[in-house]
Order: sequence, then structure tokens, then C-alpha cells
Amino acid sequence: MTMLGRTAQNLFWMSRYVERAENIARLLEVGYRMSLTSRREGGASEHLVSMMQAAEVDEAFAAKHDQADVDTVAHFMMFDPDNPSSVHSCLQAARTNARSVRTAITSDMWQSLNAAWLEFSQIRPSDVRGAKLLGLLQWVKQRSHEFRGAMLGTILRDDGFAFSQAGSFVERADNTARILDMKYYVLLPRATMVGGELDIQQWTLILRAASAHRSYRHFYRDRYKAHNIADYLILRPEMPRSLIYCARSMSDTLDTLAEIYGQRMICHEAAEQLCAMVENTSMDTIFAHGLHEFLNEFIGRNNHVTECMSVSYNFY
Amino acid sequence: MADTAPFDEMHNPDGSVREPYRVLAEWLAEQPEQALPLMQSDAEAIFRKLGITFAVYGSSEGTEKLIPFDVIPRIISAAEWRRLSKGIEQRVRALNAFLYDIYHRQEIIKAGRVPEQLILQNEAFCPEMMGLEPAQGVYAHIIGVDIVRVGPDDFYVLEDNLRTPSGVSYMLEDREAMMQLAPDLFHRSKVAPVETYPENLRRTLESVAPAGAGSSPNIVVLTPGIYNSAYFEHSFLADQMGAQLCEGPDLFVDGGKVYMRTTTGPTRVDVIYRRIDDDYLDPLTFRHDSMLGVPGLFNAYRAGNVTLVNAPGTGIADDKAVYTYVPDIIEFYLGEKSLLNNVPTYNCTDREQREWVLANIGELVVKEVHGSGGYGMLVGPTSTRAEQEEFKARILARPDNYIVQPTLALSTCPTYVNNGVAPRHVDLRPYVLVGDQVRITPGGLTRVALKEGSLVVNSSQGGGTKDTWVLED
Repeated sequence: MTMLGRTAQNLFWMSRYVERAENIARLLEVGYRMSLTSRREGGASEHLVSMMQAAEVDEAFAAKHDQADVDTVAHFMMFDPDNPSSVHSCLQAARTNARSVRTAITSDMWQSLNAAWLEFSQIRPSDVRGAKLLGLLQWVKQRSHEFRGAMLGTILRDDGFAFSQAGSFVERADNTARILDMKYYVLLPRATMVGGELDIQQWTLILRAASAHRSYRHFYRDRYKAHNIADYLILRPEMPRSLIYCARSMSDTLDTLAEIYGQRMICHEAAEQLCAMVENTSMDTIFAHGLHEFLNEFIGRNNHVTECMSVSYNFY
Repeated sequence: MADTAPFDEMHNPDGSVREPYRVLAEWLAEQPEQALPLMQSDAEAIFRKLGITFAVYGSSEGTEKLIPFDVIPRIISAAEWRRLSKGIEQRVRALNAFLYDIYHRQEIIKAGRVPEQLILQNEAFCPEMMGLEPAQGVYAHIIGVDIVRVGPDDFYVLEDNLRTPSGVSYMLEDREAMMQLAPDLFHRSKVAPVETYPENLRRTLESVAPAGAGSSPNIVVLTPGIYNSAYFEHSFLADQMGAQLCEGPDLFVDGGKVYMRTTTGPTRVDVIYRRIDDDYLDPLTFRHDSMLGVPGLFNAYRAGNVTLVNAPGTGIADDKAVYTYVPDIIEFYLGEKSLLNNVPTYNCTDREQREWVLANIGELVVKEVHGSGGYGMLVGPTSTRAEQEEFKARILARPDNYIVQPTLALSTCPTYVNNGVAPRHVDLRPYVLVGDQVRITPGGLTRVALKEGSLVVNSSQGGGTKDTWVLED
């Protein structure tokens, strides 16, 4: 059946917001852990702020609050409806998008999102502190996994699936790039290749924020090293949150759309350009040109893919 | 009528069980004490998970609520249903004939059977529809007839809903829930299916596609969007029919033809099942401030390039003032006596009738002519003195704005309330489809007033729903 441009757009954003809710939960978990272990005066606050920078909500936070302590930040990231990236806003937006396209998603997908929103809206923010916060963050991630599972297990592999997948990959690529950029300086090659206590702490933070701290060990069978960490999150196609994995998946997804519709559009070119940034290169080359510059360009090109998609497929 | 005890659909006056309810009564007697409360909470979980909600205008508790569902089905025998459906079919045929006539030669006015000013001065009359030839000559394709029962063979039509009647999704989901909740009871009864409705709706819509649409017309459901109180139903029906669910901005008119904006460009639209009121359909023809409609839609419709379901202007046939003429309308077009009763209705513009109404208001029901949803309504026997005085003043100020009817003793059905089973008043809305033929789904939506003694069944006023079983012979 033909698909409305608006439906394609809703599917894209539905998945994108679920992915964002999950990423925000992961970031907040990292910020929370870091603030607990920080022994430096003001260290906790710094970690929380840099975490909010990665989520691009630091300015919105500063406009409302003077002090970045754990409870205030957690509340802002979890429950604040004024924060467009809070878990509250993400789950609500995901559900609203899903509600607009009830006919284009399976009832399992709808029930998963609907139940997540209903359960979340029952929670009293004042009850969520300390250990309870970690439990709730775990719950957010599980809900996201459940939704993805419901989708992969039930949805037709048609254009709707492709638009939905595209939303996840765009958001995930953006998130990983921002996490790396938040701490890019601790990943830069230095004269002494052995990291100090502080480096190890920062590296752990980066890996955890990408749910990669365990799989890193399996993959490298080595202790944490800056070069490996950057390599893992940027260039390893085996890592499902790496930039190359997301870029390739995006490109494959758009290829599927080209097959279904029998036509390649400007978004396909944009996705190829994004892929080209991470194909046939090495960390040495990337470091030589500047990691920060590289990440910024990647984020920009990733956004460009979305813009081109909305033109190519009549989002409005 | 209010003085006599209401008709109990389950029990005879001597306390014995009426035949249609025999299996249910046996089943109820077998249930352990905790079974019904458990079913009731399971039902709620089922509905909430499915996301079946409706919005209550003016409610502060957020935009979505559940309509209470009662786990005890309402049962109608095959013979009762045959009688009812004959009467319904007669009514919808006559009303469509009336609409055709009103928007063409107006023979019924010329014959003096309905007053001219009642039609031409009526807000619900749509002059833009004059002379237009709808496909198959049908104006009202989707109809919900509100029926109440006051005795074993006494059925009254309260209202014919010919605009965009809602609630059919509850009929379908109530059945779905009931099958999950009490499969054993289903097993023992022969219940006529309602699941055929979406397929019949699709067939009906296909049968009224414009001539040039081809064998597989493109059908869409047009919704005001996710904040509309019946959005769930709109998406549910689109889904069940395999039709596209569109909002106004998804459609546009070019060269007198309607298109939808798809991922691959414009696609022609042939039939629009619109769930947007007439006034908002097309800002170029009707309300200019409408953001919900599609500019140019009415011209495309007039040109015969798209079918609107229901047609604009059908409200003239379900107007509360026109309602009193329906028995005459049936006789005029079909030459038959009306099979279903009309509720006697008093006309407050007539001085004698008005004075009688004002003197007896405590026993009467007062409704606004253009009101709906149980708003702006007085039920005399359950009202306070102050409410009665207020309505007297309102009638005196605008006698033409109200119709008055005797309080009908609505029949009762066993209902699960307050940890027990007790009789509660019900009405019935069967759903009728009119296209190349008339298709009536056996059953319909039973609404139940959950408050003891209450006669107001509207969901916006605390009413619930029941699954409605028509038994097969």
C-alpha cells in the first residue's frame, strides 16, 4: 500500500525518540555513577554538565537551574516536560508519533510503547532517588529493547520498516558521535600511552555511555587504551553503536527504500557521503586530521541525511 | 409510561428467566464468587493495553479515558432481531429517499407533508447540496440508530444518527474482549458475528466510488487527528479496512481531483470516509477558519470526482425537529407504516403543548434540538427542582430550541456493579451500512447507565458499554 509522507515521518520519529530515550537513560546512568565516584570538589557537577552537553541540553538546564547536583539533573533528564530530550518528552513523543500511525505499526509495537508511557506516567518523580534512579534507568533501557524486539519480530519488511529503522540509526549515530566529542581530548594520542587513574575513569565513562565497556574486553582482550576505544566506537563494524555500523546500516536502509520505490534520491547520495567518512580510513588518519573536527563533520553530515530524507520522501 | 416498572430483559415478572437469557443465567449461577470482579479487572487491563480510549471534553484528568465496560453481555433473540432489523432497514431507506427529495424536487414539501420552513430555515439544511447526484443516490451510508426497549415487543427509535455516528469500534472491541474473558460462555451460545463489519464497510464504500474509479478504488478515512475524542475509532476502522488514515493536510485538490501526499508523490483518492463535521470539510465552501479540512474538496465532490461518506447535509434528516415527521416520511416514500415506534414529541412553539410541558416538566425529558452526548438535557424524574426551573426558563426564552418527550422506562439488563449483579437501564445503537445494498450488523453497541436508576447512558455522562449478542436460531 502507498504510504503518506506524514506516516513515513511519524515512523522515523517514533523510532528516533525511543532510541533517544534509551540513550538519555544510558548517559544519565554514566553521569550518576561518575558523580558518585568523583572525589574532587565540584567534580560531580562537572561530570553532570558534560553529560548534558553530550545530550545537547546543557543550555536548557542552565536556563532553569543554577546548581547541577545529581537530583536536579536526574529530574531534568528524566521527568521535565520542558526538556525536549527528557525521557518523559521522548516517550511521550514516541507514543504520539505511534498514535498517529496506528495503522502502520503492529499492535505489539503499539502495546509496547503505550504500556511504557502509561507506566512511566504513573511514576512520582519525588520517589525516584539514589538506587531507585538506577532501577528506573534500567527499566527505560528494557522498554526500548522490548519495543525494538516487538518491531523486529512483527513488522512487515516494507517501506515502513525502513523509515522506522532509519530513525534509530540516525539517532544512534548522533549519540555516539556526541559522546566521543564530549571527551575527545582524553582519547587523543599522547607521549605517554599508559593512562593514569583519571584517564581510566574517563574512558570507562565513554564506553559505558555506549554500552561498550564489557564488549570492549571481548573484542580487544586488552586493558583500556585510548586508541582502541576510539577505534571501537568509530571504525569497528562489529560494534552496533559505532559510527561505521550506524552509517552502513543507514545506507543499507536507504538502499532498501530505493529498491522498493525503484528510484534513488538525494538522500542516498547524502548517506554515501556519510559512509565515505568512516570507510577505508584508520584512526591514525582521523587523528592526523583532528578528532574533534572529524566528529563535528560527522554530526553535520548525519543531520544532512535526515534533511535529504525529508525532501526525498515528502515529510512535512 | 414512567409509572410502570421498567421491562427486565432477563426476567419475566414472575422471576423466571426469559428464554434468550437462559444460558447466561446458568453460566452466572456457576461462577465462583471472585469470577466477575476478576473478569472486570481483566477487562480493564485489556482495554487500556489496546489503547481504546476516548477524550472527554472539559475533563481535567488528561485527554484519554476508558469507557467502562460491563462483563455481562446483553442478549437479543433471533426473532427479536429480525423484527428490529426490518424496521431499521425501512427507516434508513426512507431517510435516504427523503434526503434525495429534499436536495432535488422537494416533493414532500409540495405535498404539504413536512412544513417548508422546517426544512429550508433549518441550520442542518445544506443548500450547497441542491441538485447534486451522489453515487447510488445514497446520502447517509453509515448510520447508527438509537433504539430503546420498553416492553417485550415495544421498541422506540430515539434518534437517527446520519452525520458521523461513532462507537462502532466499541461494538467490535467489546466482542473481542468478551471472547477473551468468557470463552466458555461463548461456546455454549450461538452468537451472530459482528466481525464482518469492517469488510462490509469496505464493500459499502467501494460500491459508492465515483464511476471512473476502477475496480479497486482508493479509500481513505479522514480524521481531525489524534486529539479528537474518537481518534481511536478512526485509526481502528482504517486499519481493519486496510485504508489510509489521513488528516486534512495529507490531502489536496488539484484540477478538481483529490490526491494524497505519499512518499512517492501524489496518489488519487476516490472515496473519503470522513469523520470531520460538514462545517470543517472545506474552508473554501464551509467554515473559512477550518484547519482540519481540505480546500477545494467540495468542488471536487460536486464534480463527481470523489465520494464523501456520509454526504454533507445529511443532518437535515436526523434533526430532532424533523424526527417527529419520520413516520410520515416512511409512508410518503415507501407507502408503508413505520415498523418501529417514534417517541411522542411535544412541540414547545405551540402554546397549548408548551403550557402542558411546563406544568408537567417533572415527568418529561427535555432535549436541545441540536444537542448531543447527553449535554443540555433534562431528565424530569431524576432532576432537582432548581434544574426544572432553569429548564422552564430556557424553554420560555427559546421554545424552538427544545423538544420534549415523555420519560421512557428504558429496559434493564443484568449488570455487574458494586460487587454484585443488578439491573441497569440500557439502550441500543445498531450500525447500518447503505451502499449497493443495506447491510445491518447483528447486534450493535449497548450503552448502560451504571448509576442506579439513571436513564442517561452517554459515555460522557458516566455510561458504560456491553457486548450485544444476537442469538442465531
